[in-house]
Amino acid sequence: MHYLSAHEIRDLIRKKEVTAEEVTIKTLERIKEVDDKVNAYLEVFEDAVDSAKEIDKKIAQGEDIKDLAGIPMAIKDNICMKGRKTTCASKILENFVSPYDATVVERLKENGAVIVGRLNMDEFAMGSSTENSAFKKTKNPYDLERVPGGSSGGSAAAVAAGEAYYTLGSDTGGSIRQPASLCGVVGFKPTYGRVSRYGLVAFASSLDQIGPFTRDVEDAALVLNAICGKDSKDSTSADVNVEDFTTYLNKSLKGVKVGLPKEYFGEGIDDGVKKELEKAIALLKDLGVEIKEISLPMSQYALAVYYILSSSEASSNLARFDGIRYGVRAKDFEDVVDLYVKSRSQGFGNEVKRRIMLGTYALSSGYYDAYYKKALKVKTLIINEFKKAFEDVNLIISPTSPSVAFKFGEKADDPLKMYLSDICTVPVNIAGLPAVSIPAGLSDNLPVGLQIIGNYFKEGEIISLAHGIEKALSLNLRPNL
Amino acid sequence: MAVDKSQVDYVAKLARLEFSEEEKEKFVGDFNKILQFVEKLNEIDTENVEISISSYPMFNALREDEVKPSLSLDEVLLNAPDKENGYFRVPKVVD
Repeated sequence: MHYLSAHEIRDLIRKKEVTAEEVTIKTLERIKEVDDKVNAYLEVFEDAVDSAKEIDKKIAQGEDIKDLAGIPMAIKDNICMKGRKTTCASKILENFVSPYDATVVERLKENGAVIVGRLNMDEFAMGSSTENSAFKKTKNPYDLERVPGGSSGGSAAAVAAGEAYYTLGSDTGGSIRQPASLCGVVGFKPTYGRVSRYGLVAFASSLDQIGPFTRDVEDAALVLNAICGKDSKDSTSADVNVEDFTTYLNKSLKGVKVGLPKEYFGEGIDDGVKKELEKAIALLKDLGVEIKEISLPMSQYALAVYYILSSSEASSNLARFDGIRYGVRAKDFEDVVDLYVKSRSQGFGNEVKRRIMLGTYALSSGYYDAYYKKALKVKTLIINEFKKAFEDVNLIISPTSPSVAFKFGEKADDPLKMYLSDICTVPVNIAGLPAVSIPAGLSDNLPVGLQIIGNYFKEGEIISLAHGIEKALSLNLRPNL
Repeated sequence: MAVDKSQVDYVAKLARLEFSEEEKEKFVGDFNKILQFVEKLNEIDTENVEISISSYPMFNALREDEVKPSLSLDEVLLNAPDKENGYFRVPKVVD
């Protein structure tokens, strides 16, 4: 039952074959059974059973319930839930209790979602392996000696290990798609602005976007239906019609034009990854998809742009953690400035400090033009290149991650090596486009992810192609836990 | 461009962070590697290129200035490390 999809659970609940309470208890039991090994959760909400009972009551009274009603899910620990801790896996927020719900949480609750816990992540979402969590190491369910990816490693591992039917994460440079790829699940980053960021602890505000981890593409469509849409509390949320994304399932793919950017299949991409992608692409040709090689040469600069922009924004966003209004305050200090310095230096981990420093440097007098402004100009070139590509093709396919899951410590000492994990995902954030990672197969018994990139607000087209590939491959991956 | 320890000290001061001597050493190395990597951008001529703030056209989001409920004082102070009589308590700032 743990490996059923959310829509299958929905159907069972509607047919009264199970109650929401039973499903929730089973999920909590599953977490108890496997999370000692996987370490996806930072906190489990035992009282989730109460909200499940509420749903059962509604069903008993004959009320109409929504698609996600009664289905256990969990949330990355940088999204606020009223009355619960939100730690961002950082010591500085160890005791922070959120006084309000993020808009996505509000929307999920309106849909009857049963939230069973908070999930581990890289501290402040900075990282690609979840090794930067101040609290625990989340393991890859496919191989406990390997990382789940990051920064939303807990969100990906929980879905892969059957510890939640779906989860939410956030994606600034690949933090949903890369861990989804490494854990063999579906991870969807919507268009920038599709989902309200209100209540998401900001890392890089011009790049951050919330999205779902699910077991299949249909579930991704259901979660997007619930969370997308304009929000008056986030002025960058887009006022674009939210269609019913499930209407994009089971579509004919005949005549759909897909571009394969040659730069994303070149040097630095493991052969095992390429092989699985080639198999999936061959199946697409049988479905009538037109495959075309394209070129996105500016993408090779996206990672450099990303590290300047995201670190600059982080240095500004994380200035709020000063030990005054919330967060940990250092015990011994001489004056107010010393209070800031000691609280921040004791509260933040190494990678967070590194990014704050890099961003502060890039924004400092004398360097602003050379780094920050230059990066914003190259961003224009990256955007223009994608726009031009989408004049010829509907969608773009690439690997999600250049390799399968790597071992703990393998890249932890070399920040640049770690940053290269996001080489295929980062350009998408720079351009603000929507993209999904879906499982494409196994290489050395480890999941390989396939990324589909769409044009602005074309999440529906991505779902059609992703669903087509999923059906053609019919992988049904499951870890051996 | 390359940084040395004195620049690391200067940036740390701006960022309100402090490091041990050992951490600073490691920092100079990491920092220079990352800077060398991002300087790849100098390969591109951006002389006549405009900057992009948002990825697709966005406009000012204006709204009526209406009174709406906000967090209560208790909620605002819920996470304060130190508070007194409905205020955040901080060390003396001016003499």
